Amino acid sequence: MAYSDKVIDHYENPRNVGALDKGDEQVGTGLVGAPACGDVMRLQIKVNDDGVIQDAKFKTFGCGSAIASSSLATEWLKGRTLDQALEIRNRDIASELNLPPVKIHCSVLAEDAIKSAIEDFRRKQAAKRAISQPEAKPAEPPQASKPADPAAEQARVSEG
Amino acid sequence: MAVKLPIYMDYNATTPVDPRVLEDMLPYFTEKFGNAASRSHSFGWTADEAVNAARERIAHLIGAESGNEIVITSGATESNNLALKGVAEFYKDKGNHIITTTIEHKAVLDTCKRLEKQGCQVTYVAVGKDGVVDPEDIRKAMTDKTILVSVMLANNEIGTVQPIAEIGKITREKGVLLHTDAVQGLGKVPFDVTSTNADLVSMSAHKMYGPKGVGALWVRRSKPRVRLVAQMDGGGHERGMRSGTLNVPSIVGFGKAAELAVLERPAEAARTRAQRERLRTIIQDGLDQVFVNGSLEHRLPGNLNLSFAFVEGEAIIMAIKDVAVSSGSACTSASLEPSYVLKAMGVGDELAHSSIRFGIGRFTTDEEVEYVGKLVVEKIKGLREMSPLYEMYKEGIDLKSVSWSAH
Ligand SMILES: Cc1ncc(COP(=O)(O)O)c(C=O)c1O
Repeated sequence: MAYSDKVIDHYENPRNVGALDKGDEQVGTGLVGAPACGDVMRLQIKVNDDGVIQDAKFKTFGCGSAIASSSLATEWLKGRTLDQALEIRNRDIASELNLPPVKIHCSVLAEDAIKSAIEDFRRKQAAKRAISQPEAKPAEPPQASKPADPAAEQARVSEG
Repeated sequence: MAVKLPIYMDYNATTPVDPRVLEDMLPYFTEKFGNAASRSHSFGWTADEAVNAARERIAHLIGAESGNEIVITSGATESNNLALKGVAEFYKDKGNHIITTTIEHKAVLDTCKRLEKQGCQVTYVAVGKDGVVDPEDIRKAMTDKTILVSVMLANNEIGTVQPIAEIGKITREKGVLLHTDAVQGLGKVPFDVTSTNADLVSMSAHKMYGPKGVGALWVRRSKPRVRLVAQMDGGGHERGMRSGTLNVPSIVGFGKAAELAVLERPAEAARTRAQRERLRTIIQDGLDQVFVNGSLEHRLPGNLNLSFAFVEGEAIIMAIKDVAVSSGSACTSASLEPSYVLKAMGVGDELAHSSIRFGIGRFTTDEEVEYVGKLVVEKIKGLREMSPLYEMYKEGIDLKSVSWSAH
């Protein structure tokens, strides 16, 4: 696969590889994709009290462009509010990295991962508020969430 | 000695032309340029003699009696097409059933697909987890309409060597023709048409240190005499079985490559097997969760196909970018489907995406093997540090228990 220099750069020097504490209330985790499909992304964000993403980390099982897409996503996430983060579109990632058409699904997965991490964070916050009232939800087993956006799912099917 | 980069470790895809082969070829481009079909002058006679000498060498490689049974083609794709289509058409009154396996090269499988559209019945016999077909399954697939069995000598992806001699006993007993795509096995494992009872054999020069674009189909001439319907009409070359002016320099090169394959096979097989085992040992000693795809026992000496759990094949190829290898991962194929061969053996999609084929050959050095082994261990460790799956595995999470969002 002939990749752009940006993909190669992110692949060879991935930014923000690692893990944040899943148990931390300020951390949201998104796990998307499937091993059988050849790509799984885990993207984590740490949100401060002002609702700004302070840190972001990823780990990805996948090809060069999947790794580059998630690396770029973590770079873009830092310093954004959650609403700003939700504005990141797979198109932006694909065009920044100049992904070849067969690799567009990697950028779709990165967008899903962002949404899924934010959703997880918001769920935790809601649960925290609920704790002050009695019924707290039990912790869920690890689960790769469904893509947040049906249009994105559509794109991913057609891209492979 | 420092190794020179890039390192070629994809000998199952193609091989460089051996310098001795090239040397033999060169005069046939220039001063000995005649058309082997020219009967009226010495230019033609010289070319014809060279072609016939090459035929003998090619026949000798497979233990065939005479070079007259060799039909020169443009490569094994054409040889496979000619064998299957030619037999199906000639014997159509006798039957229309063909038996093959699920791990054949596309040149056989897609030819079978076309024949099915034209009214043939094809049985695709499954292979075991070890990537080897059970001859009894071939026997069971036979019907009174079976005219041909086509099983490869060795697989191009996983290097497994198929029990052709045992299959040949069955086809001979049943009076059914046996074709074998021998491309990957020639010069690597012992093979001859007598002990295997093969009736048609496909060969390709570029997998055995000859030039690309030339191959052959050996067609048995007696006991039984195999007949074909030509698929290429024209000047009646190759006893009418394949028209077209012969590519003399390439055929000369193919002949030389065949001669070298006979001479060098024993030593070369031992050397490449030792190198393959060294590579496997370095990698498996250095890493956990690395799986060999396909039988190690029934295998080409220079082939190693490994799945590196929790990392994706294309990412591995990028990480070891100075080493030329190939992957069964979907991400490296145009179809976005992982390898059908690995699938046919029951390798799960996860591990198919994680597979890498290493092909060791005539010019592979021990230094290269050491270098590649160490590099792979280092790079896989790095990729696993980046893999959420490896982290989950290390935490004891059963990845199968996770409900993934399949896409
Ligand atoms: C097993 C097998 N059969 C057939 C072929 C096709 O041979 P050729 O490239 O000469 O057409 C190949 C090589 O790609 C092969 O590995």
